[in-house]
Amino acid sequence: MTITVNPPVAATAPAYGEQDLLRRSASSVPAPGRQLEAVSKLIDVSKCIGCKACQSACLEWNNLKEEIGVNTGTYQNPHDLTPNTWTLMKFTEWVNPQTDNLEWLIRKDGCMHCADPGCLKACPSPGAIVQYTNGIVDFDREKCIGCGYCVKGCPFNIPRISNVTHKAYKCSLCSDRVAVGQGPACAKACPTKAIVFGTKEQMKAHADKRIADLKSRGFDKAGLYDPPGVGGTHVMYVLHHADQPSLYAGLPDNPRISPIVEAWKGVTKYAGFAVIGLAAAFGFVHHLVAGPNKVTEHDEEEAARLTEGRSP
Amino acid sequence: MSDAIRPAPETPEPRVTVRRYSALTRINHWTLAGSFVLLTLSGMALFHPSLFWLSTFFGGGPTLRWLHPVFGCVLIVAWLFMFLRFAWANLPERTDWVWMTKVRDVLSGREENLPEVGKYNAGQKLVFWSFALLVPALFLTGLVIWDQYFYDWTTIPQKRVAVLAHALLAIGMITVWIVHAYAAIWVQGTIQAMTRGYVTGGWAWRHHRKWLRDLVSGRKRTPPATPAE
Ligand code: HEM
Ligand code: SF4
Repeated sequence: MTITVNPPVAATAPAYGEQDLLRRSASSVPAPGRQLEAVSKLIDVSKCIGCKACQSACLEWNNLKEEIGVNTGTYQNPHDLTPNTWTLMKFTEWVNPQTDNLEWLIRKDGCMHCADPGCLKACPSPGAIVQYTNGIVDFDREKCIGCGYCVKGCPFNIPRISNVTHKAYKCSLCSDRVAVGQGPACAKACPTKAIVFGTKEQMKAHADKRIADLKSRGFDKAGLYDPPGVGGTHVMYVLHHADQPSLYAGLPDNPRISPIVEAWKGVTKYAGFAVIGLAAAFGFVHHLVAGPNKVTEHDEEEAARLTEGRSP
Repeated sequence: MSDAIRPAPETPEPRVTVRRYSALTRINHWTLAGSFVLLTLSGMALFHPSLFWLSTFFGGGPTLRWLHPVFGCVLIVAWLFMFLRFAWANLPERTDWVWMTKVRDVLSGREENLPEVGKYNAGQKLVFWSFALLVPALFLTGLVIWDQYFYDWTTIPQKRVAVLAHALLAIGMITVWIVHAYAAIWVQGTIQAMTRGYVTGGWAWRHHRKWLRDLVSGRKRTPPATPAE
């Protein structure tokens, strides 16, 4: 679980790297020699007090600066994820029809690190997005071309393209910290331990305890958000209303890669090459069979006769 | 008789050449063709990972991503002029249907079995109208996914549809282009119409006899194809 002790001062070699890639955008990778243990972040919305320590820690660790925004009457600031805000507290006011209570639902939004990553599958640039065998989906800005295909591929509306650098940005699950045995900055900063980090198995077990506790307090629909439509995620939520994820600032109920994106990245490629190839093959075969369509001497004579004596 | 027809200087025989495209039209055509080729090469680099290496010819991925829609703007302007110049000459005629039903004769080059053709045959008209529709469709879908300047204009679900449509339209456009380019190679003597601007009398007699007759008689069955002529 989240490592709270301070890291050693001496440089630590990263525990994983290129050799641990499960997927690499627009390229194939050799089967990894080993399987890292799957990691996960668990966000318990019922314990979150909306203090935004995680949001600040994220800016701090990743050396990001957000512009000073405007207040539109909610605590949400900025109003949406940006190239600099990789995680954002989203606030929803909801009147529970069963209890007539006003509930203040606070959800930490950010990359879910899908096991089936739509961004990676949409990306046309080799190696701009990678997925490690521990489940982390990471962007490599050196290789990003700024096309915005990842934005179209993502079922959670997470990646943002900077208008300054023209590169894509999102939460890295602090892959640089995880590689040296640390938990993500947000988890470390959270004062209520609403954010915890560890192996996916540990996190599921921890969630089970939290869900049992919530159910004992009358939240009988409490549950874990680990959506199967994207193969499960390496950022999971404990929700008190797990039957209605969309209550939480539009968290998708059944996220999956859009069928349009799948058609674009799948059948279109094969069909495209087939159609273009067939057209070229037709031309080739036709030329072999029919030969060039040549103007004959007779044609030239006919033309000359038609115009005879009438040329200027 | 139209002054487009004149004796061919380089042959001793009494031969004629026929002017087909003015210099302006040819510049227009090759601007269109050049931007199309650049669009195809840069687009295909993004279309499939196996073609990403094409990006090296465009200064790398980020520059290619920026350049492609800029070429697109050149294409749409060239297309607009081309469309205004040629739409008239490509209006369908009754004989086009006859021409199209005789595919076998067309493909085997037995033009004696086909109706006499004006400036454009039905196949050329089909290519023209395909391009006439495909280019603006590619331009519009391209705008929707041109995130650098127009990200806020559309929603992500709309962009998904647009990027799929853009890829499909590009495939259609490349396929029509293969037909267009192959036809120009197969029917010998055609390419010089767009490079040097004129064809031989025999070419006009064989492939576009009605056009030649109209030029000879000075009759204008179709409005002038190019305002510049
Ligand atoms: C007419 C104006 C056009 C505009 C404004 C335009 C714009 C775009 C844009 C914005 C993209 C996304 C990548 C990027 O940001 O550079 C794109 C992709 C692409 N374009 Fe175009 N384009 C145009 C015409 C064409 C033409 C004529 C072709 C080829 C026949 C073409 C083929 C492609 C292909 C193959 C892709 C990649 C699609 C994929 O990833 O599956 N485009 N275009
Ligand atoms: S913007 Fe960058 S990361 Fe996103 S799809 Fe394009 S190249 Fe890949």
